[in-house]
Amino acid sequence: MQNFPGLFSSMAMMFDRESRAGLKLVSTPFGFSLLLLAAPLLMMLLLSFWTQDYLVLDRTLTLDNYREIGSHPVYALLLKRSLTISLIVTLVTVLLAFPMAYYISFYGGKRKALWLFLITIPFWTSYLLRIFLWKIILGYNGVLNSTLQGLSIIDEPLTFILYNANAVVIALAHAWAPFAILPIFVALEKIDRSLLEAARDLGDGAVRRFFRVTLPLAMPGIVAAALIIFIPTIGDYVTPKLVGGTDGLMIANMIQVQFSKANNAPLGAALAVTAMIVVGLFALTFVLLNRRWLRRQA
Amino acid sequence: MRAPRSFTVFVGLYLLFLYAPVMLLPIFAFNDSAVIAFPLKGFTFGWFAGLANESTLFVALKNSLIVAVSSAVLSTCLGVLAARAAARYEFFGKKPIMSFLMLPLVLPEIIVGVSLLIVLVQLGLDLNVWTVILGHVLVCMPFSIAILLSAFNNMDRFLEEASLDLGATRRETFFRVILPLVMPGLMSSLLIGFTISLDEFIIAFFLTGTEPTLPVYIWSQLRFPSKLPGVMALGFIMLILSLVLLTAGEYFRNKSAALAAHENKQ
Repeated sequence: MQNFPGLFSSMAMMFDRESRAGLKLVSTPFGFSLLLLAAPLLMMLLLSFWTQDYLVLDRTLTLDNYREIGSHPVYALLLKRSLTISLIVTLVTVLLAFPMAYYISFYGGKRKALWLFLITIPFWTSYLLRIFLWKIILGYNGVLNSTLQGLSIIDEPLTFILYNANAVVIALAHAWAPFAILPIFVALEKIDRSLLEAARDLGDGAVRRFFRVTLPLAMPGIVAAALIIFIPTIGDYVTPKLVGGTDGLMIANMIQVQFSKANNAPLGAALAVTAMIVVGLFALTFVLLNRRWLRRQA
Repeated sequence: MRAPRSFTVFVGLYLLFLYAPVMLLPIFAFNDSAVIAFPLKGFTFGWFAGLANESTLFVALKNSLIVAVSSAVLSTCLGVLAARAAARYEFFGKKPIMSFLMLPLVLPEIIVGVSLLIVLVQLGLDLNVWTVILGHVLVCMPFSIAILLSAFNNMDRFLEEASLDLGATRRETFFRVILPLVMPGLMSSLLIGFTISLDEFIIAFFLTGTEPTLPVYIWSQLRFPSKLPGVMALGFIMLILSLVLLTAGEYFRNKSAALAAHENKQ
């Protein structure tokens, strides 16, 4: 009996030593990220409360930048447009990616790895060139219009597909496809196939089976895909700049302008912080809503 | 099990959508016309030969190689430390620390680029290839950690314990037993990091100063219509190189998985 306290204390010591060894190892990458990610993010937050008049930086704390964002409708318009485009891109990408992932997982047979490789090949082309090539596909004399005209499907070239928000959605739904297909595929792979058989044996039709078994079980993959696409898309400024025209510009283009031509870094920082907060709230709401939906299913 | 016909048609159309831009790349890289448009003119290697005269291209290529190699090596080193810690030890704050390290995966790149830029400007530091490397290590590290974590988790713990029992020091065990076992994961992490860094534009654009990387160079060329066919040729070369690197990476990853499966059987 006397051994027990000794056993516990040595276990605690072992845990302590283990804990210290782990912390020692992780401290370098953690320190790196604190220094180069956490500190800069805090610095950006601080900068957003300063002001700049051309070259002179005024370090008095003020909410002026946020007031400026609130009072000029252009910022709200850009933010709203960015959110709308990101939401539509997320929806379109996930809706298109799901059947693809489903096909690979359920009909891929022994060639699943090959299928996945096939899906990722197009995305190892330079990102800039991929977006630029969409301009050639969607343009007035572009590949799509000349093909459709050649096949006599349309008489006049389609103009609603380039230099507007539609073009941005098409190019981004393409750019983010593998980031949706892969997590959904992983989630589908994890589904125990005997559950589907059980549902069939118990008399569920294909549709019912899909909505009651497959979809809820694939949800973690869908949520991961949605977040991986939605959050970074807000920050894209290459796509809007190349194919968006003036009606397709997004908040990131405005942030970039503040840091370069407009030379107003504090306002740029405030815009970045605002965008991050709004995106974060959206993402959080989405995760919470999904959790409630899953609980109701169960 | 065979897929319904409409399903197969959808998959075909979707693949066409995914491949549409890439298919155009070789077409215009070899097309004998200064204009990027249909109908095609003739076949030429001229655009590839023309690249040889672009001296700024080679400067950008050199910068990009320095950035990509350094970022891949640094992110793999940091990734080894983090993945080893997470795979082997339970420690205080493990979950929040690891989540924080993975954060750049979901952070818009413009935020990473801009916030680093702010700090560098405030500190009065010059922008050069090293500032780009710092940003790239941040975005490559989550990928390195994910790859290496699975490599360390697949490793047989008993081999490590056997080595310690047989009298090897911790250091010897790490370098002579553990590292060789996770070597395929290490190679795969280096290749993925290299490829990501080589193609990264947004962070590089903010942090590059007067030393452009390849994507920053391409961005500057896209404004000049006369440069476009050359850019297509360059893009085609880069695509082929990326594919070679990734196939190599995939080979190492499969080898790592096969090694793990083999050990588990024994």
